[in-house]
Amino acid sequence: MEFQIIWFILWGTLWAVYFMVDGFDFGVGILHSFIGKTEGEKKTIIRTIGPVWDGNEVWLVTAGGATFAAFPATYALMFSYLYSALLLILFALIVRGVGLEFREKVENAGWKRGCDIAIFAGSLLPALLFGVAFGNIFQGIPMDANGYHGNLLRLLNPYGLLTGILFVLLFIVHGALWLSVKTNGDLSRRASSVAGKSWYALLVVAVLFLIYTAFATNLYANYLENPVWFVVPVTAVLALLGIKLFALKGGYLGSFYASCLTVLTVIFTGVTGLYPNLIPSSLDKNYSLTIFNSSSSPYTLKIMTVVALIFVPIVISYQIWVYRIFRQKLTVDEVLKEGGSY
Amino acid sequence: MDTLTLSRLQFAVTAAFHFIFVPLTLGLSILIAYMESRYVRTNDEMYLKMAKFWGKLFLINFALGIVTGITMEFQFGMNWAEYSKYVGDIFGAPLAIEATVAFFLESTFIGLWIFGWNKVSKKVHALSIWLVAIATNLSALWILLANGWMQKPVGYVLRNNRAEMVDFSALLTNIYGWLKFGHTLLSGYVLAAFFVMGVSAYHLLKKNRADFFKRSFRIAAVFGLAASIMVIVIGTFHAERVALTQPTKFAAMESVWDTQKGAAYNLLVIPDTENERNAVEALGIPKFLSLLAYHDGNAEVKGLKEFPKEERPPVVPVFFSFRIMAALGFLFVLLSLMATVMSGKDNLEDSRWFLKLMLFAIPLPYLATQLGWLVAELGRQPWIVYGLLKTSDAVSKAISVPQVVASLTGFTLLYGTLVAVDIYLLTTYARKGPDDDLSAILKVSKNQEV
Repeated sequence: MEFQIIWFILWGTLWAVYFMVDGFDFGVGILHSFIGKTEGEKKTIIRTIGPVWDGNEVWLVTAGGATFAAFPATYALMFSYLYSALLLILFALIVRGVGLEFREKVENAGWKRGCDIAIFAGSLLPALLFGVAFGNIFQGIPMDANGYHGNLLRLLNPYGLLTGILFVLLFIVHGALWLSVKTNGDLSRRASSVAGKSWYALLVVAVLFLIYTAFATNLYANYLENPVWFVVPVTAVLALLGIKLFALKGGYLGSFYASCLTVLTVIFTGVTGLYPNLIPSSLDKNYSLTIFNSSSSPYTLKIMTVVALIFVPIVISYQIWVYRIFRQKLTVDEVLKEGGSY
Repeated sequence: MDTLTLSRLQFAVTAAFHFIFVPLTLGLSILIAYMESRYVRTNDEMYLKMAKFWGKLFLINFALGIVTGITMEFQFGMNWAEYSKYVGDIFGAPLAIEATVAFFLESTFIGLWIFGWNKVSKKVHALSIWLVAIATNLSALWILLANGWMQKPVGYVLRNNRAEMVDFSALLTNIYGWLKFGHTLLSGYVLAAFFVMGVSAYHLLKKNRADFFKRSFRIAAVFGLAASIMVIVIGTFHAERVALTQPTKFAAMESVWDTQKGAAYNLLVIPDTENERNAVEALGIPKFLSLLAYHDGNAEVKGLKEFPKEERPPVVPVFFSFRIMAALGFLFVLLSLMATVMSGKDNLEDSRWFLKLMLFAIPLPYLATQLGWLVAELGRQPWIVYGLLKTSDAVSKAISVPQVVASLTGFTLLYGTLVAVDIYLLTTYARKGPDDDLSAILKVSKNQEV
């Protein structure tokens, strides 16, 4: 297989895994003030992602770094064309990280309130804007020989916004299920109920998205050419239904795994449709950034492939190991007692 | 101002702020790992309290290093798209490797270290902070190999309108990158040592927990002495390499205008850029500059006039940054030597003037590391990749002045707030002193014994 294709798959995988793992962090960040009634509950909710959110965010750094190393022209144009949107995402991620890490550092209601707002806004905004950005990439970006012809407002077109809302709902369901699995008693029941209700909204938006995609983008062309690929979106739909099926039986862990699969396959539905483009041009196909015209040299790709094949499995192994160490459910009492440990 | 100037300012602001947080992380992680290992080996709970107290300060700082780090990686594409296109084939690789090999490791195991006190054995817990320390240092290696390549590009050919990598091992063995790595790493160790000594001095002055802080001070003093000597040794090798590969930077660092053989080292110099000479030049040590740069007192040192004006870096800031940094470097050796001697005796807390000195010395290594980066980056101008690509050709074409004004303003305000929060939290927790209640973290091990 050509290295470009290997890196296209890796590129898609890095983004998909990023959204799968940081996705529930976003969901938890959006929901924590609504599901958590007391200070103890809020603390517990945030504590569920405390040990892992930072490691999750590195998938984004790696996705960015991999784009730079494997497809430098795409990295350069994507990041400079989407400057303002990325800037907002950066600010939001910084604010979220600070909120998460410093919330417990000062015992003062105003400080905590400030951190809660930071966590909420720092989770909602990236979730929405990543969706908007990917929606626009699916549609194609207005670029030609003279460069970029868009701006931040033009990114907020109906299809971009719909994708943004899809991402937000996806992560809300995902985060609520994570909380349902990671907490106990009342808190867990409230989280399950939020997941159950928002699932219907997600279903509606997902159906709209699949239909609108046929009109707004060219993504389905690849599927019609090679129907075998329909397995990806079909899996996404089945996984989405699986979330509800497991939940109805009270199997929230199964439900959470189904939502992991949903996030992965939703991203891959888009990525598969993009091939061989990384960013299509909405103006002139000749100026689309493809995995062939924007890639690094075969030599660089070969070296990066070796690095990825050795280290990505190692990373996944120790991350799973750490997740397993923290697998048990948290109770509010325990978390409050933990107080002094950090 | 144009997007070029604004983007340069923005890079300077974001990098400088990021590098307020990074060096402390580099050195303190090692000190904490050492403390926790001592605890595991000796079972002396004092070392556990030390790891926890310094660990708390470490984490406040670490969090800010992480969040400001993402900006650095995204900025190459956002503001320096032409650069990214031109050198991404070779420059992107170390960045991606840094994330894959180092960032995952530190970010995953820091989570285990913070929350894992009751979940894993003492040994595994100590191992997790060692992994964080190793990963942090490893990430510095990759980013400095990348920066080393910008200073001394190797292992590439110009093909397809860009620099393409042809020899990965040349990138890995680029001596310039390794010297930069050693120099930067050690400067971080010096900074962390002075941080620990300064905070300890504060408590010793207050006669608070003398035993705890004398021991902390002692560890940091020895570490700081070794690091501050080594940082000068490696710095000297580094300067030689600069003289060899970046003659314009070296000439600016020493404010040498005319090419001369057997160049003297003048202790007192004030550059006069307009007239291309030094307004003041006094207290010269004959032939010493040639000797320093080339191990040969008669060697020729190239002056700035040898190069066209548009290829010279700004002399005044590079010269003064370098001079002040170097002077501080020698001061650090002196102070940590005194610290080592005095902490060896039992009555450290009685040397109040010295403790005060060490408390007020905390900001000095911060100043030195910032100045060091000014020398490295300003001294390389007008090149973004020395001899290969000019900074003015590297800026993104798609960005507009209002966009960058907005982002620069946003970063300055946001990062300014972060530094304020950092200083507030560090001072609060540093003042509080160690926590004696270890019940929360010793629960499991006690239970296991029962």
